[in-house]
Amino acid sequence: MNVPGDLLYTKDHEWIKVENGLAIVGITEFAQGELGDVVFVQLPSIGQSAKQGEAFGTIEAVKAVADLYAPISGEIVEVNTVLNDAPETINREPYGAGWIVKIKPSNLDAEAKPLLNPAAYTDHTSA
Amino acid sequence: MKNTALTAEHEALGAKIVEFAGYKMPIQYHSIRAEHLRVRNTVGIFDVSHMGEFIVTGPDREKFLHYATVNDVIAMTPGQVQYNCMCKPDGGIVDDLLVYKFADHMMVVVNAANLDKDWKWLNSVVRGDVKLENKSDDFSLLALQGRHAADILKTMTRTDLTKIKYYHFEEGEVLGHKAIISRTGYTGEDGFELYIGNDAAVPIWRAILEAGKPYQIEPIGLGARDSLRLEMKMCLYGNDIDETTNPLEAGLGWITKLAKADFVGKSAIEKVKNAGLTRKLVAIEVEGSAFPRQHYPIEDVNGNKIGEVTSGTVSPVLNKGIALGYVPVAMSEIGTVLAITCHGKPVPAKIVKPPFYQRPY
Repeated sequence: MNVPGDLLYTKDHEWIKVENGLAIVGITEFAQGELGDVVFVQLPSIGQSAKQGEAFGTIEAVKAVADLYAPISGEIVEVNTVLNDAPETINREPYGAGWIVKIKPSNLDAEAKPLLNPAAYTDHTSA
Repeated sequence: MKNTALTAEHEALGAKIVEFAGYKMPIQYHSIRAEHLRVRNTVGIFDVSHMGEFIVTGPDREKFLHYATVNDVIAMTPGQVQYNCMCKPDGGIVDDLLVYKFADHMMVVVNAANLDKDWKWLNSVVRGDVKLENKSDDFSLLALQGRHAADILKTMTRTDLTKIKYYHFEEGEVLGHKAIISRTGYTGEDGFELYIGNDAAVPIWRAILEAGKPYQIEPIGLGARDSLRLEMKMCLYGNDIDETTNPLEAGLGWITKLAKADFVGKSAIEKVKNAGLTRKLVAIEVEGSAFPRQHYPIEDVNGNKIGEVTSGTVSPVLNKGIALGYVPVAMSEIGTVLAITCHGKPVPAKIVKPPFYQRPY
């Protein structure tokens, strides 16, 4: 299974990548595989605040619906509007074009501590 | 967990395997949505060998099944298949099933999840000179479904498929293997179900996948089987019908022949009919981008709960949420506006005339 080495992960199967002071958030390869065909993503509004561990959106797949949980707190500064017309991008490229939101972190150093590194996330999904 | 004769084929094709009714079954090969559309647009092949087959012999076989089920078995002609169900004395549905009439015996095809229950039930209501045999482990069952099903199958059999009408069957050979060739299915498309010996399953499965290449054939998992049948408003036992639902409220009045002299459940179902139904299974379309799922509450426009979704999905053909559920008769008219609370949020919905999909050929 694909667990890129340069990302951090949550137990709820989101990933984040911190780049230029922003955290890009998506769901993992494992999560998209479990969900199956993604048919709709309920995205938050830009400017909305996200709180670590709380739902900021939902993801509808053919067989299931899942909440999206914020890996870290902060302000939603960008949403991936590609997903409005092509939600299946999440299935194809969960770590790339299928990213979901960008968050401007408010407390990154403290909140990054409970996140999982790639090895710990791999253990988590094989448990 | 039991394997079908094709489990290794599914694993080799990369299917996601789940347990279903005690069997390892493919839920999807790569995408439920793509597999669904493949069947709607050209053709697909399913392994449904988990289904159960009972053979009924003896001089009273028809009289017995006529009594044990709600439909008119006596009226069947050889080579005919009949959709039917059997009920408890209180009218609750034990299972829905297919009855096959052969010249010298009958075959009853039941849901895998109910196989043990059905076997005990049929034996408990048995009457007359009949013999029941559970032959489920001796049959593999393939469903070839889609507008090009006949184009593929005709290259593999000498049976004249044009002579097999919908809901009829012939005994013949497929690639030299004995087969019951049945023009039936659970998808709303033209197609065939092939009852074959287990040793014939792998060669016929592979040959169909090969012969179907000009039509982009794909193997189809149980996930798409469920969404295909739901677009047709075909009931799924355990979701839309069970021992707490009667055939009339489930919309199965068309198979329930109350004119029959006697059958198990008749007086209870008659009572329901005379008193008037309290609820009905309806087809519901959801507006918007949240999708109905089993057990989501159905509400009236004032937010009062009036029922529950029994089956729900996003229709790959309509790109809309579709659902089945029971609502009070007074609110069951086509066009009635409702709401379904999807993932905590009420979403506008309305009752529509089933099926959700009609094949264009």
